[in-house]
Amino acid sequence: MQIISTVGKLAQKLAKAVTARSSSCLKAFAIAISAIAIDAFASSSATAAAVELAKNWQLGLSEPVSPIAKQIFNFHNNILLPISFAICVFVFALGGFICWRFSEKRNKKPSKRTHNLKLEVIWTIIPVIILVILFVPSFKMLRSIDDLSNAAFSVKATGHQWYWSYEYPDHDGFTFDSNLLSGDELKDKSKRLLKTDNALVLPVGQKVRLLITSADVLHSWAVPRFGVKMDAVPGRLNETWVQVDKAGVYYGFCTELCGHGHAYMPVEVHAVSKGEFAVWLRDAKKRFAKNTNKNNFALVVKE
Amino acid sequence: MTTIIAGSVKSKTTVTHRIDEHTPSPYSIKRWLFSTNHKDIGTMYLVFAIVAGLIGASLSVVMRLELQQSGVQYFLSAGEPDGHMWAVFITAHGLIMVFFTVMPALIGGFGNWFVPLMIGAPDMAFPRMNNISFWLLVPALCLLVLSVLVGGAGTGWTLYPPLSGLLGHNGPAVDLAIFAMHLAGISSILGAINFVVTIFNMRAPGMGMHKMPLFAWALLITAFLLIITMPVFGGTITMLLADRNFETSFFVPEGGGDPVLFQHLFWFFGHPEVYIMILPAFGIVSHVVATFSRKPVFGYLGMVYAMLSIGFLGSIVWAHHMFTVGMGFAANAYFSIATMVIAVPTGIKVFSWLATMWGGAIRFKTPMLWALGFIGLFVIGGVTGVVMAIAGVDLQIHDTYYIVGHFHYVLSLGSVFAIFAGFYYWFTKMSGCVIPEWAGKLHFWTTFLGVNVTFFPMHFLGLAGMPRRYVDYNEIFEGWNSVASLGSYLSMTSTLFFASVVVITLARGKKAVKDNYWGEGADTLEWTISSPPPFHSFSTPPRITG
Repeated sequence: MQIISTVGKLAQKLAKAVTARSSSCLKAFAIAISAIAIDAFASSSATAAAVELAKNWQLGLSEPVSPIAKQIFNFHNNILLPISFAICVFVFALGGFICWRFSEKRNKKPSKRTHNLKLEVIWTIIPVIILVILFVPSFKMLRSIDDLSNAAFSVKATGHQWYWSYEYPDHDGFTFDSNLLSGDELKDKSKRLLKTDNALVLPVGQKVRLLITSADVLHSWAVPRFGVKMDAVPGRLNETWVQVDKAGVYYGFCTELCGHGHAYMPVEVHAVSKGEFAVWLRDAKKRFAKNTNKNNFALVVKE
Repeated sequence: MTTIIAGSVKSKTTVTHRIDEHTPSPYSIKRWLFSTNHKDIGTMYLVFAIVAGLIGASLSVVMRLELQQSGVQYFLSAGEPDGHMWAVFITAHGLIMVFFTVMPALIGGFGNWFVPLMIGAPDMAFPRMNNISFWLLVPALCLLVLSVLVGGAGTGWTLYPPLSGLLGHNGPAVDLAIFAMHLAGISSILGAINFVVTIFNMRAPGMGMHKMPLFAWALLITAFLLIITMPVFGGTITMLLADRNFETSFFVPEGGGDPVLFQHLFWFFGHPEVYIMILPAFGIVSHVVATFSRKPVFGYLGMVYAMLSIGFLGSIVWAHHMFTVGMGFAANAYFSIATMVIAVPTGIKVFSWLATMWGGAIRFKTPMLWALGFIGLFVIGGVTGVVMAIAGVDLQIHDTYYIVGHFHYVLSLGSVFAIFAGFYYWFTKMSGCVIPEWAGKLHFWTTFLGVNVTFFPMHFLGLAGMPRRYVDYNEIFEGWNSVASLGSYLSMTSTLFFASVVVITLARGKKAVKDNYWGEGADTLEWTISSPPPFHSFSTPPRITG
């Protein structure tokens, strides 16, 4: 019944909003136009390094910081985008030309031609060739995503309604929860819905195996700039890997609908140098000592 | 004398019984409640789809209002953001648009009206079953509304457990939503059986399968997809129902079940479902393009086999919705290749439409504008589809706004554009009333602008990483979200304009219109009978020769 009253309140707000919104709409539109212009023509000079997730009015993928994300970035920007763009331009240009050339004004007498075997073969074969060209590199990319060998250690991420908890099974198995910061706890308001109390900390330049699971419903652990997205499924231990190549703070999300707090369980990762990581580990083992998972065992088999 | 040009019938036969004295009054309740007439049932389906579509569209406008700014403005309960109500809205929007708008309009509406007319049949094969298929939809929608009123299913239209299980939803809302889907599913299966039997058995003498109009072909393939996949969906949600109420554990990991199994079963239905929503649209677009180019469809056989292969391939690619569940290399690679292959028959269709226009004498009437809009926007939705089919790249865009952009390009701008193309193409045929050209064109251009402004920026949001199904987001995503919201207000205004135009046009009453008011290019059998057609048409089947 609660929902009925909320719907009622919603309707009231709607009425107010329609009047209040109209001026801000126009402003937003003007900003949009100028932003596209800036983005399209000055993207190379934009200081992407300062961006932790993405920037407002961004048009494409964020700068990648892991080998997999780099592969995805290059594949998307250098192969897929040009091909998609070319196909669209070709079809629209052809369609536009046909509409102009064969409009009733210019072409009074329609032809009756309904077959052209050569043409039909061509427009079947060419897409096949394009797909083969696309598939070869995508096959390679899939292989490297699946290659879990030579990981330095494992980190386990468990999805809960609605926070992530992390465990370091190869480092005495300490675990901690990573909860969203909100209200007064959140110092920097621009990090709203991103900042957590305890971030996952990873060393730069090391291949880390990620074990992902869930304690309740489905979740999905995703960090766009790592090119990682893996569902957290209860009863299953999914694995993938990440190697962060650049120190910094990175944000991600839960990307599988998990109920009421779905938008409120971000992923925050701090990538630090090996030295800093060792210092953090020592401190974290103490800090989270009472959370240590005693029943655990080392999950990485060194080759 | 009748001549045939691949898939189209040029008929000069005159229909003898134009006025049928048995036509019941439109004001009799019995006529509609107990209807066994394919035209009346088709009309009811169309009205139902428009009403449900307006509800579904209103939900989306409320969602766009919320997303226009960062922060939660409307979805609050007791001052706190209500993520559950948000999820209820997205779920209701999805289910209503899929099961109660697009499918009833394309299959129940245009399918019922024009499959019998196009193949020269007097009615559908099982008229009473036709009645029950429609009337099951009404209680289905009521159950869905009831589900919202008792708390709502905030599961997304995919109903993934454990969120849809007792763990996530312990009230009756999900059970009611499951019952709604049961009824809608039975309705679809009965409808599909009816189409298959009608098309196989009741074609006019002389109309071989390879002479059958493309829209009838599209409906035939759609019907097969429904018959193959809908029972799987019914079974799956029944298993979910048992998990919820009878302590089974098909999808409950604690009892040895597997939530991923649900996803496989759901998408075994769910992916063909998207082709169920697009194949009839292909059929309509083919007829509209041919009519307004004043040329027969180019490559008729290629079109038929392209649709057949799309139907087949569409049934074996389901797990491309699951590239992130942890299937492993081999499964991801297979589903990735198989999905990309669908681009080939789809390309054949697009090029065949362009070739149909090539050399034609093209008139840009309202239906043609919608069909052209369909082709252009479907190409955009198609290429983004190939981007997502590549499993590695999909890691970046899976469950982000890129996906939302993509599937609205193929559904909201694809199927729905084709529905409007069909509506303007056949409206006068069905009703005898004439929608003014200027109104149709205004509707087209405002919708075209609106939906593109809404959905194109979603690709940018998705690439930047914004997840879908979020009630709130960080400021960095605000720019494109505000633009998308503006577009949705324009589309909604345009849709309301359309609804008023239809009501006004119908209120003004019938005009004297020709049987074939589009002229030479419209060459299927429905153009040989009056507009509106008599209550019973083709009581004596037309003979098709040539």
